[in-house]
Order: sequence, then structure tokens, then C-alpha cells
Amino acid sequence: MIDITARVQSVWRRNWDAFLRTYRVNFIPPFIEPVLYLLALGFGLGTYIEAVDGIPYPVFIAPALVSISVMYSAFFECTYSSFVRMYYQKTFDAIIATPVGIDEVIAGEMLWGATRGMIYAALMLPVLLLFNVVAMPSSLLLIPFAFLAGLLFAGIAMCFTAITPSIDALNYPSFLFITPMFLFSGTFFPLDLLPEPIQYFALAALPLTHVVGFNRAITLATFSPVNLLNLAWIAAATVIFFVLAIRLMRRRLVV
Amino acid sequence: MKRFGDLIAVDRIAFRVREGEVFGFLGPNGAGKTTTMKMIQCISPKSGGTLEVFGMDVDTRQREIKSRLGVVPQENNLDPDFSAYRNLLVYARYFGIPRREAERRADELLAFMQLDEKRDVLIDKLSGGMKRRLIIARALVNEPELLILDEPTIGLDPQARHLIWEKLRSLRAEGNTLVLTTHYLDEAERLCDRLVIMDHGKILVEGTPADLIREHAGSDVVEVERTQKAVSRLEELGVNYDLAGDVIQVFTDRPNDVARDLLEACRHEAAVTVRPATLEDVFLRLTGRSLRE
Ligand SMILES: Nc1ncnc2c1ncn2[C@@H]1O[C@H](COP(=O)(O)OP(=O)(O)OP(=O)(O)O)[C@@H](O)[C@H]1O
Ligand SMILES: [Mg+2]
Repeated sequence: MIDITARVQSVWRRNWDAFLRTYRVNFIPPFIEPVLYLLALGFGLGTYIEAVDGIPYPVFIAPALVSISVMYSAFFECTYSSFVRMYYQKTFDAIIATPVGIDEVIAGEMLWGATRGMIYAALMLPVLLLFNVVAMPSSLLLIPFAFLAGLLFAGIAMCFTAITPSIDALNYPSFLFITPMFLFSGTFFPLDLLPEPIQYFALAALPLTHVVGFNRAITLATFSPVNLLNLAWIAAATVIFFVLAIRLMRRRLVV
Repeated sequence: MKRFGDLIAVDRIAFRVREGEVFGFLGPNGAGKTTTMKMIQCISPKSGGTLEVFGMDVDTRQREIKSRLGVVPQENNLDPDFSAYRNLLVYARYFGIPRREAERRADELLAFMQLDEKRDVLIDKLSGGMKRRLIIARALVNEPELLILDEPTIGLDPQARHLIWEKLRSLRAEGNTLVLTTHYLDEAERLCDRLVIMDHGKILVEGTPADLIREHAGSDVVEVERTQKAVSRLEELGVNYDLAGDVIQVFTDRPNDVARDLLEACRHEAAVTVRPATLEDVFLRLTGRSLRE
């Protein structure tokens, strides 16, 4: 069984405190990133594309930008950063010598990864509003949803961290999993332009597909039954990876 | 008992630590000291046998045990993202100590360990000795009933070691129970009320430093340069001796007689020294002189 008490917040707080200490570096990317993408892709490339399914191109990619940012921040937090804390800084070892257990350490790390995704989404939202590419008030939902999506990517990331032999080996999931997702999840062009088998593959195996799908419904304020499917897929996968990550980490660290 | 695959790191050892005493674990590299400490700390599950801390089973009541323990690990694991002071506060939070109380204790402990000046300094900017002192301060943040120190003075200069010894003695004087491991035999001799010497996962001997020296080394050691004459004289006398490199050691309760004999045998050509036996002599006799990998 998984043993998590309120003590998990002390792990989360540790990362929050460290994050605030370097807030200048941490708060800048979420402002810069969407501006760059919107200018280059939305308004640069977008002048040739005009509209996708009747939607202006910048409006089409806006939810994808949020989704990608949430994915990157949560995934990289729980791969490279968590690995550094676990392996080089021995922070996990220090914490499990206190009444906080290993399950809580790993859960706290994942909740923190999710929080980071949420912070990024919250910081991007004003920029997107400024460019007038997202609908209000529905787009406020981007923020809580970023926590759920962030938790999913954090869980997947933590599974890789638990089995990686070294920090360099973490480059494999980054290139072989995250980068293809960045391109083939209905981010910069609609999924149905792809051959049908790839479409099914994307829906079955690429979490970002569902996240982009749901975020697009939020920013366009057009919800359909498909979005329930997105949500169910995300919720189920989040639970599975959350539990799996804890089990794999126990196997690695409790010796 | 503790197994790592085929390796038996700790092999059916038995010991009991009394309240208020300083209990030491000595042994060469790889003897199983750290593994034993980790089992006591409930962070490494034992492979067999029974182990109780405060009368509680380590497998089932980990949180209760851990909340009453203070831990100084062999490997430094202070949090490099924070200053010395913040390290104590963050650590106190893992124990659920309220903020105000944590601040009070952090100030007190920094003063106790003579680290006030380094309060706002990041960990990377501290010297090895300061880190070690801070880690001891951190171990005290939950006011533990039992303090476990895995090589508390590893790699420190004499000043830093003396300061730490002084602090550990004052903790003992306040009635704390301390369990420590060390490679420094003078440290064990000064600090420990009782100790065990471990090797290859087993306990070889247990006792007070004085008893161990008396039983396993005698009161004094006579040392003489290793020459044929000295060896044959000792053989003649039927005295037991040990070879330590190019020195012959004789453990004896009659040092003056032996020294006189040896001086005569060597015709005063080789230096003969007499010194009291130490724990180091016991240690080397019991665990041998070969290097451990
Ligand atoms: N996680 C582990 N996996 C496999 N073997 C281990 C592990 N930890 C320790 N060992 C082995 O267990 C044995 C005892 O190690 P331990 O660290 O307890 O020794 P020690 O007495 O603390 O040594 P030192 O004085 O060098 O710190 C060694 O042979 C070591 O290689
Ligand atoms: Mg050790």
C-alpha cells in the first residue's frame, strides 16, 4: 500500500522555498516563451496559414503552447531536477531519516512538479490574453487543469527517474518521447492531417494529445463529449503513473 | 542481519545500548557499521533477526522511532539550496515542528555549534568542519532521545574534532544517549563508555575501552626495531610478539623487564620504546593489518 500523510507538504514546501530563492530565473521563461512562439509561429508562419478549421492560427496554437509548457516544466522538474536532488544532493536520504517516508518524498516531488506546471500556465495566461488569442472566462480553467496535466507528466517523469542509471540516460525519454509528442499531438497542426494509424497511436499513447485537446476546448470555450474522454484518459493515466513511480522509487531507494 | 544479494554485510550481531551512555562501533572499512546504523534509523530494512529501538520494532513503527532519533550520516547531505539557518528550519519542518519553535531551536543550535557567523551562508561556502558541525546541529533539531553519529569527525582538523568531542560530551552530560561509529581510535577511547569492534559483519569484542585494552593488549607495548637478534632473544624468552612492518611489538604487563632484555640483546644498537597500550593496538591485533578494499 502507499503510505502518504499530511507530511507530504513538507517535501513540497522544501521545493517551493528553493524555487522562490531563485524566482528571477524561474519566472522569466513563462513570459518569454509564448511571446516568441506566438510571434514566430502564430503571426509569422500564421500569415500563410490564416485559419485551421476556421480558427485563426494563433488562436489554434495558443492552447498547445500552454500544454507544451506544462509538459516541459513538470517533466523536466521530475527528471533532471529530481535526479539531482536524489542522486547528487542526497536530499531524499536526508528527508527519509525524519518521520517523512519515502512514499511522501516521491509524492511531494510529483505534486511539486505539477505545481510548477500550474505556475507556468498561470504566468502564461496574461500574455495570451494580451495577444487576444484565448477566450475568457473559460480560459481561467487552464490553471487548475495545468495541475492535473502537470501531475501526469510528473508521474511519467518520475518513473523514468526511478529506473535511469545516470543523469545522461534521461536524455533518451526527452528525445524519444517528449520531442515527438511536442510535434505530433495536435499541437501545431490538427491531428486528422496525419495518417489514420498515427492518429490512433497519438490518442492511445501520447498524453499530450489529450492535454492539448482539453486545453483547446478551454481556450475556445467549445466543449464536446470528446473532451470527457480526454479527461478520463488523463485521470486514469495520472493515477497509474503516480502509483507506479512510487513503487519504482521504493525499489531503487529502499535497500 | 543484513544481506545485499549474496553479500552478508551484517551477520547476526547482538548488542544493547543503555540509556545515557555513549556506545561506539569500530571496524575497518566495509565492516558493516554504516549498514547497522541505517537499520537502526529505519531507513534500511533488515534481512532477518530482531531489532528494537526504544522498545519498538523497526519494521512496524518507523515513524515513531524516527521522530525520536537524531541522525548524523556518514555522507554529507545538507541541502545545498539553502543557507545554514534555512537548512535547520527546513529540516525541522520534516518533523512537523511549528515555525516559531523551529526558529528558536535553530538560533540556539547555531550558537551551540558555534556557527552564528555562518547563519546566512550557503552550504557550498562552508568548510568541511562547519558542514559537520551543522549536520550535528541539524540532528538535534527534534530534541532526540538517541543520537546516531556515523563518523562524526571524518576528515576534520584537530581543532574541529576537539570542538565536536566537547559538544558530544556535553550532550552526554545532559543525559542523551549516543551511538557513534568512528575510525579514530583515540576518539573512541575518549568518548565511548562501551564499544564493539566489528569486522566482516560480525562483532569481535564488546566492552569498555579500558577493559578491552587490558584483555587484548595488556597494559603496555614494547616496540623495537626488527632485527634478527631481537627476534631470537624473544624466542628464547618465550614471549609472544607481533610483527608490524619493520617494528616488533610486545604486548605485556611487565614492560620494564622485556625492555631491559631487549636492550641487552641488541647491545643498545636499536631503539627500544615503551608506551601504554591503546585501543589502536587492540584494533589492529583483532582485525589484522591488511588493507580493506
Ligand atoms: N547499498 C548497498 N548495496 C550493496 N552492498 C552494499 C550496500 N551498502 C553497503 N554494502 C556493502 O556492505 C558492506 C558493509 O558496508 P558498510 O557501509 O556498512 O561498511 P562500514 O563499516 O560503514 O565501512 P566504512 O568504514 O568504509 O564506512 C560492504 O561490503 C559494502 O560494500
Ligand atoms: Mg560507514
